[in-house]
Amino acid sequence: MLYFSKIKIITIYSIIIILAFFAILNFNNNKDHFLLSKKINLGLDLQGGSYLLLEVDSQPVIKQKIQNKLLLLRNILKEKKIKYENLKIIQDSIYFNIDKKNIAEFEKFFLNKDNTFNEYYDQYKEYELNLSIDENSLNISYSKFGIIEIKKTTLSQSLEIVRRRIDEVGTNDPTIIRRGNNRILVELPGLSNPNRVKDLLGKTANLTFRFVSDEDGEFGNETIFFENEDKSSKVNKRVILNGDNLINAKATFDNVNNESVVTFALDRIGTKKFAKATQKNVGKRLAIILDNKIINAPQIREPIVGGNGQITGNFTFQSATDLALLLRSGALPAPLEIVEERTVGPDLGEDSIKAGTISLLIGFLLVIIFMVIKYRFLGIISDLALITNLTLLIGILTLLEATLTLPGIAGIILTVGMAVDANVLIFERIKEEMKTENSIIHAFDMGYTKAKTAVLDANVTTLISAIILFFLGSGPVKGFAITLGVGILTTLFSAYFFARHLSSFYVMRNKDKKIII
Amino acid sequence: MIFNISKSINFTQHYKKLNILSATLICLSIAVLVFKGLNLGVDFKGGTLIELRVENTSVNISDIRSSFLKMNLGDVTVKKFGKNNDYLVKFEQESSKNKNQIKIINDQLTSDLNENINFRRVENVGPKVSNELLKAGLLAITLSLAAMLFYIWIRFEWQFSLGAIVAIVHDVVITLGIFSLLSYEINLSIIAAVLTIVGYSMNDTVVIFDRIRENLRKFTSLKIIEISNISTNETLSRTLITSITTLLALFSIFIFGGAILEGFSFAMIVGVIIGTYSSIFVATPLLNYTNVNYKTVTKEEINENV
Repeated sequence: MLYFSKIKIITIYSIIIILAFFAILNFNNNKDHFLLSKKINLGLDLQGGSYLLLEVDSQPVIKQKIQNKLLLLRNILKEKKIKYENLKIIQDSIYFNIDKKNIAEFEKFFLNKDNTFNEYYDQYKEYELNLSIDENSLNISYSKFGIIEIKKTTLSQSLEIVRRRIDEVGTNDPTIIRRGNNRILVELPGLSNPNRVKDLLGKTANLTFRFVSDEDGEFGNETIFFENEDKSSKVNKRVILNGDNLINAKATFDNVNNESVVTFALDRIGTKKFAKATQKNVGKRLAIILDNKIINAPQIREPIVGGNGQITGNFTFQSATDLALLLRSGALPAPLEIVEERTVGPDLGEDSIKAGTISLLIGFLLVIIFMVIKYRFLGIISDLALITNLTLLIGILTLLEATLTLPGIAGIILTVGMAVDANVLIFERIKEEMKTENSIIHAFDMGYTKAKTAVLDANVTTLISAIILFFLGSGPVKGFAITLGVGILTTLFSAYFFARHLSSFYVMRNKDKKIII
Repeated sequence: MIFNISKSINFTQHYKKLNILSATLICLSIAVLVFKGLNLGVDFKGGTLIELRVENTSVNISDIRSSFLKMNLGDVTVKKFGKNNDYLVKFEQESSKNKNQIKIINDQLTSDLNENINFRRVENVGPKVSNELLKAGLLAITLSLAAMLFYIWIRFEWQFSLGAIVAIVHDVVITLGIFSLLSYEINLSIIAAVLTIVGYSMNDTVVIFDRIRENLRKFTSLKIIEISNISTNETLSRTLITSITTLLALFSIFIFGGAILEGFSFAMIVGVIIGTYSSIFVATPLLNYTNVNYKTVTKEEINENV
């Protein structure tokens, strides 16, 4: 165990030097090079920032979709000249009755893999919808896979909109990723007051233009409240135009009326629709509705044909900016709920870094001093191994561009405390061997050999804990799992390669002297 | 020389009374856990946590408490946290619908106390997420116990697995019992601590077991009780030194690491001490009760050679 070939020595020290180089990179400010720019990232708990977990509620989307299916079904039944009655939706299922003789025909159409009504998913080998038949009454509802597909698309659309909105706010290096099948994780480093972002993400931003009307028209009316006021107004259910047709929106200051306004531009289809509607309805009031609240309901004085409009509504410049941002980034397909929020202020982060560093230094010094007192010269070897161990650990974390959290720092300190264990196991074994062995070299050799299984067994158990924590833990705890796990690997390396080489070097030099450990 | 432990302590004579002590402690811990329960933090119970700093030292805790009580936030607890004028406020939030709640609370507090209030940390966990975190935490502990059991089962004989698992369960139950007794908060980092304790305790036990197995093969005529004593003595200085260096690091975190890491390092300190004790006085005695002898470990060797 004490013999090292040249190649082995070169490999060991090259690994140490390379990882030490990466550890040093943390103090370097190179931002361009793909390798030289590598750094350990600080977690939100250390640099301050906001963590938001958003949940997409796809229930309204399912409701909307089944409504669309109903309209589609009605057309299909008409087209196929199948008489139907009692067509209605109860709890997200379509119910209707048809004549028994038509059931086979309908079922054949329903199960045709190319039909436009009930999509067939090749990847699941399943249909979008389920059909159940009881006598002459039929029931259509979304299948498990239909709902999975809806959730999937709703989530990816929401993710896109969230990304656009956050990009517009302009925070540093935001992380926006999907979590599970209905959640979005947003990390905003450096943001200590997430109120504005929460406001922006909390709005669906569903914009519609609808006429204010008192008489019940073809589509019926509904009562909608004004924003910031208790007033309400009757508004026709027919949507003249919605946010989808917007191509741009900007907050500007209207010098004539001395107020902040939002100007918008419509796409070609929107322009046409808007022109047609406003030409016919000069004199009427057009309600601008955002998320079921009327922002304003101005009177149409003249037809708007250019595709440009302006929304006024007692905005501050900030609220006009936010509205423009929401309109530009588009509507969310479904409302988002913030199910978890963690915000750390920058000063607490700084305090945590300070406390973490101090406790690391003190823990490190205590262990180093203890080892020298206990094992004298071999203690110095194990201390050198400990320093190497820390350097390797930091080097690997840098290479992985891992995120360091406060529990992660605790993991490093714990590694310091537990890392010497490998050397202690070996030294104690050597001590025992020396009682029966005359040759020091042989005692060292036996010590390393015999302690091997214990060292491995002992470290594997902690590694198992670290791996489980990594997969099941979240956020800061994951950071702990990473440092603990990588720490075990570097500990094994530094004890069995680096410290062993140092010991062999030391023993070979002193083979004739009596070594006391 | 310090920590040069004499190598002839008779551990085995203490087995009985210490086992009774351990059994009593486990029963007491379970009783405390059942009747008093754990003080679950917002991570697992849901609700809101605010760590705030008041610049003016003349503001006292009851001012802050009364201001919060006025806001109708349900059950509010306010306590001092760490140094300076830091306080930790927790409440079960009535509704997560109000997205500006934190701002409203800050405004209200600022006007009530007439002071600048700095919200250093805000954590808000909804009921769904806290439920999931709790499940994930319990799953993590169960999984790690199972993984340890499996690992030691493939490395040793079943008698050894039994001893190790009993020791780990002993450590986890007593640590949680102490947390319950002291009403310390259980949050995500405590779960991390518990898992690390599981790993650490296992590590300690495995080292002694490894030696026992070796000695069983070496001294085939000795009984397990003598082997246990020899092996415990032989590994004792390692057991103690590793515990000491780990505890040095942990005390450093506990004292200097700031209030956030206090619970974590406390749990680890308790766990390391109990884990060290249990390797010697819980795991090893169990080998005696299950009649382990040299055949138990040599049989394994023969199988391996086949």
